[in-house]
Amino acid sequence: MRYLLLLSLTVCLLLAMATATLREPILNRFAGIVAATVVLICGVAILLSVLANGPLTVAGGALRADALSAFMLTVVGSVGLNSTWGGLAETKSVSGESWVYPTLVVLFLATMSLAVLADNLGVMWVAIEATTVTTAFLVGYQNTRRSLEAAWKYVVIGSVGVAIAFLGIVLIYAATLAAGSPTLSWAILHVSHLALDPAVIKVAVALTILGFATKAGLAPMHSWLPDAHSQAPAPVSGLMSGVLLSVAFYAILRIQAIAGSVLGVGFLRWLLVGAGILSLLISASLIWAQKDLKRMLAYSSIEHMGIVAIAAGIGGRLAIAAAMLHVLVHGLAKSSGFILAGRITNADGTTEMGALRSLHVRRPGLANPFLAAMVALVGLPPFALFFTEVAIVLAGFQAGLGWVMILLALLLLLNFAGLIRHTASMVFGRAEIEPEIVQPIDHSWHGPRIPIFLALTVAIALPFISRLGHVLSQIADVLKVIR
Amino acid sequence: MADSLFSQLVGLSAGALLLSAVFLVWRRTQSGSIRLLSLQGVALATLVALIGVHRANFETFAVALLVLLLKGVLLPVLLTRSALRQGEERNTPFMNPTAALFLVALLAVLAYVVSRPLAILGSGPTTQVIPVGMTLVLIGFLLLATGRHAIAQLVGFLVLDNGIATVAFLTAGGVPLVVELGVLIDVLLVVLILRVLTGRIRDVYGATDLDDLTELRG
Repeated sequence: MRYLLLLSLTVCLLLAMATATLREPILNRFAGIVAATVVLICGVAILLSVLANGPLTVAGGALRADALSAFMLTVVGSVGLNSTWGGLAETKSVSGESWVYPTLVVLFLATMSLAVLADNLGVMWVAIEATTVTTAFLVGYQNTRRSLEAAWKYVVIGSVGVAIAFLGIVLIYAATLAAGSPTLSWAILHVSHLALDPAVIKVAVALTILGFATKAGLAPMHSWLPDAHSQAPAPVSGLMSGVLLSVAFYAILRIQAIAGSVLGVGFLRWLLVGAGILSLLISASLIWAQKDLKRMLAYSSIEHMGIVAIAAGIGGRLAIAAAMLHVLVHGLAKSSGFILAGRITNADGTTEMGALRSLHVRRPGLANPFLAAMVALVGLPPFALFFTEVAIVLAGFQAGLGWVMILLALLLLLNFAGLIRHTASMVFGRAEIEPEIVQPIDHSWHGPRIPIFLALTVAIALPFISRLGHVLSQIADVLKVIR
Repeated sequence: MADSLFSQLVGLSAGALLLSAVFLVWRRTQSGSIRLLSLQGVALATLVALIGVHRANFETFAVALLVLLLKGVLLPVLLTRSALRQGEERNTPFMNPTAALFLVALLAVLAYVVSRPLAILGSGPTTQVIPVGMTLVLIGFLLLATGRHAIAQLVGFLVLDNGIATVAFLTAGGVPLVVELGVLIDVLLVVLILRVLTGRIRDVYGATDLDDLTELRG
């Protein structure tokens, strides 16, 4: 069972080598889907095994999977599958016969898998930095002025942010060295009570969180995100918004658990809640003024990362369980949203929301699933984000953060209203100038239906799977602060 | 190695690190910047080698050679070739040198304040010069924030990275080897990627003045 941890990484690396050397068109087309499927199957299998028998380790403890790692691997796999499968049509038009695109996508999946499986803060850091390396050319893939500008900002801000996180990890290592047992293993740091110096850990944790928050798109370090996520090809946008942000946030959760055992929960609670509220404020104000469809979706990701940050700040079983479910459902809904936005903009030839009108009449095959994805993203029932948001607010009240939760609810409403306004005017709004030539009604989905349908069904059904409750409570146990 | 000699040599290489960073803020021709960066890489490698010899740790000594190759030779060569391809562009920073040097002094003070809690991590000459690493990090930020050309921003990023490496070697004698290798490869890849992007930006925009990158707003 434990060799499953190596399997997903090995398959991804072999696939990347195959696409880079064989240059077979069929392989180029399906490599991403195969890699994502393998990651998903490994993730589910590891998750089931961890539930039954506890954490798995392999390669002398270098790779380790507890409930949190296995769940994150499942998120990487499922969002990856939705993005690559749903994005097949886009991939074909974007990459043509090129081997570069599929190779980078597969390596991107491999680096995210490594980031969640590595039981060493240093290796986790290297993997997260490597996600920047693998996605840089994907962001700039279209080679236009805008995409190059986005890629430059993404690489510079992303690498500098993550470098700051490395400074923090170095200091954590130095603190363990001073305490007599040098280690970067999360499992050891979390359970063994090393006498780490609180002052050093405080500096270290602040730097690490600041660094990874840059990569997770939390305000005020979010400025690269709307550029990069709007300029990348749709499947890559789906992957970056749907799961890369969460992988970076996973690093924050790990650091938070270590910090909690040395510093108590108060220090990080306010840091995370503050960043979360600021992210929601910024997304709310910029979603309202947004003109570009993909940028709007990118700002919605900042909103959702803010919600997850607030949940992590609250802490405790309910909030953590809700946050993890939120991460998975948001990933599925956001990747569907980006894929469908990509199809819409390809069909109509513009990303300007002002030019996209009465989609419901003109292109019902695209408008209906897009509407469903947006309803999921704004957190309306029956989609699971409604329940997770309610649970997070409740957990906040229980933790005595009543005023913050009232503010959170208000900001959620503002974001909701902004997204609904734009979506409604695109789907139902009438064009100011009626097109002179009446086009035939376009019922086509412009790409595979099954992944989008599956993703949105899962986004409804997840809360009703009783096994999942067990998984989520195990994750909360994994992250429990041990003092 | 005698302790007094060790502490003098550590002080000397830390001084070289700091001076090269200060000169980078002051002098801003591209070729000059790259030479200073190379000097800084050599100073860092010397510092690592000293720590390796002092602790009689062969692994650290090997890492010093890697650092010398990468930061002293390879990265500066890559930057020079990139700069040659685009022709010498004088980098006119946003700030005049006097103001920038004054800011560097303030940053150094800030670095000393930030480093105070880290004094507990050990004693001896390596702990005393930790603030130099922190100053390098802050100066790297300054160069990044004020550099207008792609090469200038790259130099800023590398100074920042040198600062982090300095702190790592001074506080912990370096991170575990596998992490160290991963970090060095990541830095190399980031520089290579930024180099390719610089080339493409130049092809599309005709120059690499980053002030022109203003299409994405809001």
